[in-house]
Amino acid sequence: MVDRIAKIWGTRTPYPRDALWPVRVDQVLDPGIALGDIDRWVQSACVLCSNGCACDIAVKDGAMVGIRGRAQDLVNHGRLGPKGLFASRQGVSHKDRLTSPLIRENGQLIECDWDTAMRRIVDRSRELLAERGPLSHGFYTSGQLFLEEYYALAVIGKAGIGTPHMDGNTRLCTATAAAAMKESFGADGQPGSYTDIDSCDALFLYGHNMAETQTVLWSRVLDRIAGPDRPKIVCVDPRDTEVARHADVHLALRPGTNLALMHALVREVLAQGWQDAGYIRDHTLGLDRLREAVEPWTAEAAAAVCGVPAADIRDAARIFGTSARVVSTVLQGFYQSSQATAASCQVNNLHLLRGMLGEPGRGVLQMNGQPTAQNNRECGADGDLPGFRNWENPDHIHELARLWKVDPMTIPHWAPPTHAMQIFRYAEQGSIDFLWISATNPAVSMPELPRIRDILAKPDLFLVVQDLYLTETAQYADVVLPAAGWGEKTGTFTNVNRIVHLSDKAVDPPGQARSDLDIFLDYARRMNFTTLDGGPLLDWTGPEDAFEAWKNCSRGRPCDYTGITYDRLRGGSGIPWPCNEDHPNGTDRLYGDGVFPTDPDYCESYGHDLLTGATVGAQAFRAQDTGARALFKTAPFHPPHEEPDEDYPLRYTTGRTAYHFHTRTKTGRSRPLTDAAPRAWVELAREDADRLGISEGDLVRVTSRRGRIEIPARVSWIAPGTVFAPFHYGYWDTGGGPGAHPAAANELTATEWDPVSKQPMFKNAAVTVEKIGDATGPAPAPTTTASRPAAAPGSRPVPATAGGDGAHATETPGTEPAPRFPDAIRNAREGRQP
Amino acid sequence: MNLNIYLGMLHQAENTLAESFRQVAEGHGAEPDVHFLCRTLAAQCDRHGELLGPVVHRYGENSSDNEPERLHAQGLNTTRKGPVGLLRDLQDLYLLASLVDVTWTMVKQAGSALRDKELLAVVEQCDAETATQLRWLQTRMKQAAPQALVAAR
Ligand code: SF4
Repeated sequence: MVDRIAKIWGTRTPYPRDALWPVRVDQVLDPGIALGDIDRWVQSACVLCSNGCACDIAVKDGAMVGIRGRAQDLVNHGRLGPKGLFASRQGVSHKDRLTSPLIRENGQLIECDWDTAMRRIVDRSRELLAERGPLSHGFYTSGQLFLEEYYALAVIGKAGIGTPHMDGNTRLCTATAAAAMKESFGADGQPGSYTDIDSCDALFLYGHNMAETQTVLWSRVLDRIAGPDRPKIVCVDPRDTEVARHADVHLALRPGTNLALMHALVREVLAQGWQDAGYIRDHTLGLDRLREAVEPWTAEAAAAVCGVPAADIRDAARIFGTSARVVSTVLQGFYQSSQATAASCQVNNLHLLRGMLGEPGRGVLQMNGQPTAQNNRECGADGDLPGFRNWENPDHIHELARLWKVDPMTIPHWAPPTHAMQIFRYAEQGSIDFLWISATNPAVSMPELPRIRDILAKPDLFLVVQDLYLTETAQYADVVLPAAGWGEKTGTFTNVNRIVHLSDKAVDPPGQARSDLDIFLDYARRMNFTTLDGGPLLDWTGPEDAFEAWKNCSRGRPCDYTGITYDRLRGGSGIPWPCNEDHPNGTDRLYGDGVFPTDPDYCESYGHDLLTGATVGAQAFRAQDTGARALFKTAPFHPPHEEPDEDYPLRYTTGRTAYHFHTRTKTGRSRPLTDAAPRAWVELAREDADRLGISEGDLVRVTSRRGRIEIPARVSWIAPGTVFAPFHYGYWDTGGGPGAHPAAANELTATEWDPVSKQPMFKNAAVTVEKIGDATGPAPAPTTTASRPAAAPGSRPVPATAGGDGAHATETPGTEPAPRFPDAIRNAREGRQP
Repeated sequence: MNLNIYLGMLHQAENTLAESFRQVAEGHGAEPDVHFLCRTLAAQCDRHGELLGPVVHRYGENSSDNEPERLHAQGLNTTRKGPVGLLRDLQDLYLLASLVDVTWTMVKQAGSALRDKELLAVVEQCDAETATQLRWLQTRMKQAAPQALVAAR
């Protein structure tokens, strides 16, 4: 047994380059449960981050009593991380679950039956549609529902109501990944694969604290690092993360300066002649403009702006330029920062310059945060159209109209689908009066919370909240709908490297809770949404119908699911799309042939100007004569709009910890995880703490132009001048509201977003910090992560984070060979042992 | 030679546009994208003015000032409120930027006839940015129009 709170990444199973990652099955059973007690194992995958680790749920007497990783799956080879082990089932099997719909009567939320709740929604919906039309309706959904649910919601919004106002919290998490791929390659679609980790010589992590965001993927990296031929690691992150500690080069840059650094890396690669001229000639467009844009950005120029040594920038560029196989991964340090899309496109550009895409160990992973963010992007319940269709292409709109049998005029396509921040702005201004929020908690996760609370509390906003728990957001609702959670419903979802998994229903939901799909279908039925021939718009009876309908929608598009069935997803490994007649076993990597989806009739987007977000438009895009080539896109560097000054002298950034997910609705209900990171904290560098007279654990007030938080300080190894707070903490477990000592990181963040991806900037704000109380103990921050304390000389050491009895898992080395693509899928298809 | 008249006009139009971008940025602080981008674009216009400086100097200031006032566009003195107000203000910016854009085109024609490489290099840099300013304004207005004209109270 291994304490997987103390050992987040488990025990090492080293392997060499080009070998298969060894199998090891991680398992936890409830106390007192032995293997022989289990009635059945039900196949699923973990929904606590974008990694999508395949697992089986142990069921006994109608309850979930354990979990184990699936050895035969291409994603995780049997492993699970602390969140999967300790919060997947504990996060849903909890006494706090909503078991009945609630409606607001005389200011109070009271229990009611489904019919009453749904009637109230439908009445208001009909009334507003009649009075003010479809633009009065907004939907804000999640990155944590299933594919079938997003697709249902997308059809309801786009073909039923006809509103452009639908987005997901994927906007906060993965919008830039999609935007960067659309700009560079013409469509969304992850070029790389996790198997590239097995074969690379160098790994670049751009603003990606993989060790805490996707712990199992980081285990794979650690196992390469522990092997005989470790890849070089380059880390771009202002914090001293676990990644940074293993890095050959750590670029601890100032928040808000990513693009300046990226310009310097690109410039250096070009200046040294490390590019692949043949690849550039045959497969790309726009090198001259890229060259011009990066020309002023010598390593010295970037060093001055970013606050990192020029020699380190050159070192990083040399590793990129001279390693045979490089993998790059990108996440929130880029996506939630200033000039997000432009900075992320530069990562694509580096790979295009060297022709390193779509081959083993040579690829890009534009990461996602959430487990099903990918599906929201595919199905179009966010700012996209289903099947990566292009809202500016009338033929694509007609395809959808034919598929759904509705008038093309119904489908909003006169402007891009409205992004989340704009939806909230319209609600603030009163032109959206009906807002339906599903499986997300904006009252904690959106920027500038004082403003978000005001919007949610507006008396004339009719607010529907659909969730597992009475979240901070649900407390503002007019109607609360209790949803079924993971293990309580069936559906599919797709991880960050395009691998589709099925999650089967293991147990019944509590009380009257219903699956999100059932709720959406019920609404569609009650609203009488019909097709042109008079039939119901959504005639599906369950998730498999929805999946089959989605397959039709995906046909011929980059995310082609037509070769996948529920049956094929049972028993073996998940399958990476596209999976169709040409690729019956799915596809491990994209673009190995250098053919990109930039054909104007096929592409998902005609692209944008990366500085302003101005659309390029069909005509100008066609004029480029892309010829299936990728595009070098960039923008001039622009400093962040809020920089430190006399009043707010420190840079503020927010982020994650390994032990929690999002606003802790699930992980906060797991004892081992909560004990590891029980309450909010803020991290300061030793230099800044000393200057401000702050010691470990002191209560501090952090103030920005928007608000304040008052939480204990952890003196950590963060770059001096930068302050960090984890964004997981809200108020559901501390009295419901901010009270006297606000703790949510987003009290301080600004309402601002990237001009292209529209992703909010959670990582650029200016703050001031002051001590307001003496420590009563160390800060409630883990010691096992980037929050590790930087002890003052002579001070008492902070006790190490450990899990105790409830935090032990078994780790069983696999006896069978590790799964390999495509055998793991082909064999299952042909009925052989996977 | 009358090029100096047009250079003076362009210089002034860029100034007017810069001031108007600033005006809209300040007036619409609750629309953060408009606020920040208008500031960025104002700085872009300032830079265009600076780049034009040496050329204007070379061709001489337009001292005769026989340029009728009506060829100078009025900038925005104030901003409007609400969703429709935002749309109107962006539309005013669009008109001002269009004037700048077409004036660059005329100056480019003259620069080509004069084979003035320095002038043409300035035009190439600035005119492309003005074109992007126009595209951004149009993108943003197209996004705002349905809500402002159909759903706003
Ligand atoms: S890495 Fe992500 S998907 Fe895998 S077990 Fe951990 S939280 Fe779940």
